Amino acid sequence: MSSVLYDVPGPAARRRNTLIGVVGTLAVVAILGFVIYRFFAAGQFSPRLWEWILYVNIQYLLLDALLATLSAFAVAALLSLVFGAVFAGGRLSDHRWVRGPATAVVEFFRAIPLLVLIFILYYGVSRGLGIDISAFWALVAGLMLYNGSVLAEVFRSGVRSLPRGQSEAAYALGMRKTQVMTTVLLPQALRAMLPTILSQLVVVLKDTALGFIILYPELLYQARFLGSQTQLGAPILPVALVIAAIYIAMCLLLSGLSKLLERRLSRGPKAGAVAPKDPELELVGGGVR
Amino acid sequence: MDVLFDNLDLYGVAFLGTIELFVVAGIGSLILGLLIAALRVSPVPALRAFGTVYVNILRNTPLTLVLFFFAFAYPRLGLVDLSFFALAATGLTLYTAAFVCEVIRSGVNTVPVGQAEASRALGFTFTQTLSQVVLPQAVRAVVPPMTNIQIALLKNTTIAAGFSVVEAGGIYANLSERGYNVLVGLLWVALGFLILVVPLTLLQRRLDARWSVSR
Repeated sequence: MSSVLYDVPGPAARRRNTLIGVVGTLAVVAILGFVIYRFFAAGQFSPRLWEWILYVNIQYLLLDALLATLSAFAVAALLSLVFGAVFAGGRLSDHRWVRGPATAVVEFFRAIPLLVLIFILYYGVSRGLGIDISAFWALVAGLMLYNGSVLAEVFRSGVRSLPRGQSEAAYALGMRKTQVMTTVLLPQALRAMLPTILSQLVVVLKDTALGFIILYPELLYQARFLGSQTQLGAPILPVALVIAAIYIAMCLLLSGLSKLLERRLSRGPKAGAVAPKDPELELVGGGVR
Repeated sequence: MDVLFDNLDLYGVAFLGTIELFVVAGIGSLILGLLIAALRVSPVPALRAFGTVYVNILRNTPLTLVLFFFAFAYPRLGLVDLSFFALAATGLTLYTAAFVCEVIRSGVNTVPVGQAEASRALGFTFTQTLSQVVLPQAVRAVVPPMTNIQIALLKNTTIAAGFSVVEAGGIYANLSERGYNVLVGLLWVALGFLILVVPLTLLQRRLDARWSVSR
């Protein structure tokens, strides 16, 4: 395999690479071994700390927590998509009085840390204005405002990245603005953007973990609760490990789906013509918050 | 206005904490991210695999969970006692490094192989090829998205506040102790972040417009 950084390796380079590979593997094994040894030395692998897995009540508790996480994710994902579509439409509008406010809203919610947004909704509004917002809705609304704004940008650059000829041809055929958008531009843009949209949904899923900080009883919150139970031996490390495995499995599944789609779509006809080349978008696709 | 001016001390300390955390984790993530990116583009398959595993796991872990580990689980391991600031900075560094690595890697990948082949054909050595042909082009592609990652890090520092590092996101607790309107207090925090983030976003857009190369 040739790369821009090195040529196809010859026999000497191949030997050197094998050596580096062996040394590198040993180093990684040593680091992992040390971590596992520390866990062992700190008594985190003692059976007493893992007993909780066997209790049916705790299994139900974790199942409820998983449901709480997933329901926040589902509602927030749906609302984010709607919010994103509406504000992308606003930003693409020909009327300045629509475009201006839509741009301001999107830029505002993208610049504010999600947690501050959630705090404003949960603590600020309830204590400042006396309107009670439940932890669930504060979390979901925060996720919607933030990820919806990011998705609005995704939709907008999706439409923008289409060749101009597409809309010109549609106008030439006598279509109206709405028709051009809904029958010509959006279907193409959505197809190109689907992987990016899915990876943004991974961000939504990851961010539901913020619910822990405002005491929404999701997975991480229950992990903290179980981890502090002294009659179970306060098994916070074992619980955290199990919860981490659940989160990572769910997110990997969603990321995998997005990668699969990306590969499928790039193999299809005419792909690349509508692929986003905006590096910002690529990043949004990278799932950074 | 009163909420801001009566508590300037609080806001000053908190935003200073945000910026400190941002600078420490920012530099840390750039260094670690560069190292992992070097693994991911190296000619050694085993190292590439380790880099890929690291990036995939960290990118699919909620940051809250990473900080949860450092806040609650790390102290149980009986290792060196670290301040909460150090633990939060470590967690943010490990998390952000995965994104930094991906940006660097894709930046290197935007340089066509033909560029290196042409420079080798001209008799350039490896160091010359790297420093005069590949890296200048890669850097152009990397800097705008890197700014974005660092902006995300700046906003992410607030999550450390959920685990009570002195930092801008934690102001609300202190304000409600002092008996001020929490909503107004938090809106000032939001404004503070707007002032920090918006110039960086504008810079990023500018770099992007000026440096993007059409290939």
